[in-house]
Amino acid sequence: MTGSDRPRLGVFKFASCDGCQLTLLDCEEELLPLAAELEVAHFAEASSDIRPGPYQLALVEGSVSTPEHLERIRRIRAESRHLVTIGACATAGGIQALRNSADGDAFRATVYAEPEYIESLATSTPVSAHVPVDFELRGCPIDRGQLLEVITSFLAGRRPDIPDHSVCFACKRRGTTCLPVARGIPCLGPVTHAGCGALCPAYGRGCYGCFGPSASTNMPAMIPLLRSDGMSDGDIVRFLHTYNVEDFAALEPPGALEED
Amino acid sequence: MAAATAPPDTEESRCVLDREGIDALVRELRADGHTVVGPTVRDSAVVLDELAGAEELPWGWGVELEAGHYRIVRRTDGAGFAHSAGPQSWKNFLHPERVRQWTADRAPDGTMTVRKEPPSPVSFAFLGVRPCDLSAVRIQDRVMTGGRHRDDAYRERRTGAFLIVVECTEPGATCFCVSMDTGPAAHPGYDLALTEVVDEAGHRFLARAGTPEGAELLRRLPHRPADEATSGAARRSVEDAAGRMGRTMPPASLRELMAGSLDAARWDDVAARCLTCGNCTMACPTCFCTTTEDVTDLTGDHAERWRRWESCYDLDFSHLPGGSVRASPRSRYRQWLTHKLGTWWDQFGSSGCVGCGRCIVWCPVGIDITEEAHALHQEGLRRQDGREDGAR
Repeated sequence: MTGSDRPRLGVFKFASCDGCQLTLLDCEEELLPLAAELEVAHFAEASSDIRPGPYQLALVEGSVSTPEHLERIRRIRAESRHLVTIGACATAGGIQALRNSADGDAFRATVYAEPEYIESLATSTPVSAHVPVDFELRGCPIDRGQLLEVITSFLAGRRPDIPDHSVCFACKRRGTTCLPVARGIPCLGPVTHAGCGALCPAYGRGCYGCFGPSASTNMPAMIPLLRSDGMSDGDIVRFLHTYNVEDFAALEPPGALEED
Repeated sequence: MAAATAPPDTEESRCVLDREGIDALVRELRADGHTVVGPTVRDSAVVLDELAGAEELPWGWGVELEAGHYRIVRRTDGAGFAHSAGPQSWKNFLHPERVRQWTADRAPDGTMTVRKEPPSPVSFAFLGVRPCDLSAVRIQDRVMTGGRHRDDAYRERRTGAFLIVVECTEPGATCFCVSMDTGPAAHPGYDLALTEVVDEAGHRFLARAGTPEGAELLRRLPHRPADEATSGAARRSVEDAAGRMGRTMPPASLRELMAGSLDAARWDDVAARCLTCGNCTMACPTCFCTTTEDVTDLTGDHAERWRRWESCYDLDFSHLPGGSVRASPRSRYRQWLTHKLGTWWDQFGSSGCVGCGRCIVWCPVGIDITEEAHALHQEGLRRQDGREDGAR
């Protein structure tokens, strides 16, 4: 496809670190074929040639974190046929959602010399809390192969093949020996959404849940396992409350963990 | 693949190999063009992997097994096959986790060309197949090639595979092959069977062939005739192993137990503990379920269909319009256990469980298939008693 026949792609950033957009730029060998199939109409990280909507495919990175975001995400939604959120910030509020259950003003005063210049909402929320989202791609950052799957499935008009099962599936398929069972290493794999290819366990490090919860979790059974692998309740809270704090916190049984 | 007509297993057909004989075994198999796969130590476990030589076998390593617990431990006797319930099984090689089925290409004029994936030319030799795992291979044979819809990729890999069973002399605490009648002695189906003996007379292997190919290979290895001391020690080791199983199944027909337990309260109990992570199905040597995966490239002119392992613990596995048929963890655990121990009989004429204990060991929270079966059995007995009391 050439010229105006190509679907128009918009890539947008909200409160985020840019790592997920970088994943798109990391698709080195696929970038030219990608540009042949899609008109890259709005991608500020790649080009200052910013073109107005409408967009057939919008990739949205980052959480809704400021009053300005509230208005902007609605505008992008209105201009986009198919809106896909990419990464933990856009799908779960990100690490900045740690402020949701804390004193945001205190955070601001600690971090910024002149906090009065910072205008932010009390909460950091996923895009889906504000506008309808067609597909959520998880991860911190997202996986390059999964991003390409989302884009190629969009181009082919089919559903993306992004399984919602646990990281354990990927460890077993990859042939990685289970870290908690064989080495007593705490691992969030059994409750974490697959998608990374079980990267960390393959290098001897327990999964820390950067893809957020899988579709089927049992946190009341998971917490005693983490304890038996040597974690205190405070450790477990810190382990779960990182990039997908809101999604994991929602699964914790009330009162199950005592923070130290 | 083992032929149906095995040479007679007589005292004369048996011989003794020492460590050099095992070295030669791997060397000869490789020279014959086999990819030799066997146990080796990697990542704090005895895993299955391609072996370049017999020195890569886990000499001097054993394992300590419990529900949700696996540790490799040093052994002082230098034994190479004193381990069980590793993280993989032979299924990883015969029924790989991801296999391409076909590719399709669209030409500029719109015509489509679909090509079936050509068979892979691999010829495996599996060294160190436990008797329980030999049963698992034969179960998968029935599943993958026994019915109307044969799996060519599996058949291709399986037909060329040379199987060397090593009888079990060191069962783990999670083993229950005696309950499932699959071990610890080798059942027919192997090309070669070995029994490891380590005593004051030395470290050696009692060997016998199960096929003409096995007998021919054995003749090429440095060996000596079987002596009574080695044969006796091998027999006693396997008999002793049968008495040292760490687990049992309840003394009942598991098929009937499963059929009569569909509404048991125990399912709620186990569902409260189950992570639904899928580890048991992936570690199981007979679980065979797959899903399809369609891949397209950016142009849409090239498409591929792949098959990958899937699990009844995945919500997507039973996803139909309207949602997942087995939405609750209870229904998914029940599906796995009742199929494995019960309806497998109706479908394939055997149990789907061989008593290897992998699902017990590799369950992160240590759910124990034998404990669940015993609990269901007890619950059934209590219900029966209740009915009888009511009748009186």
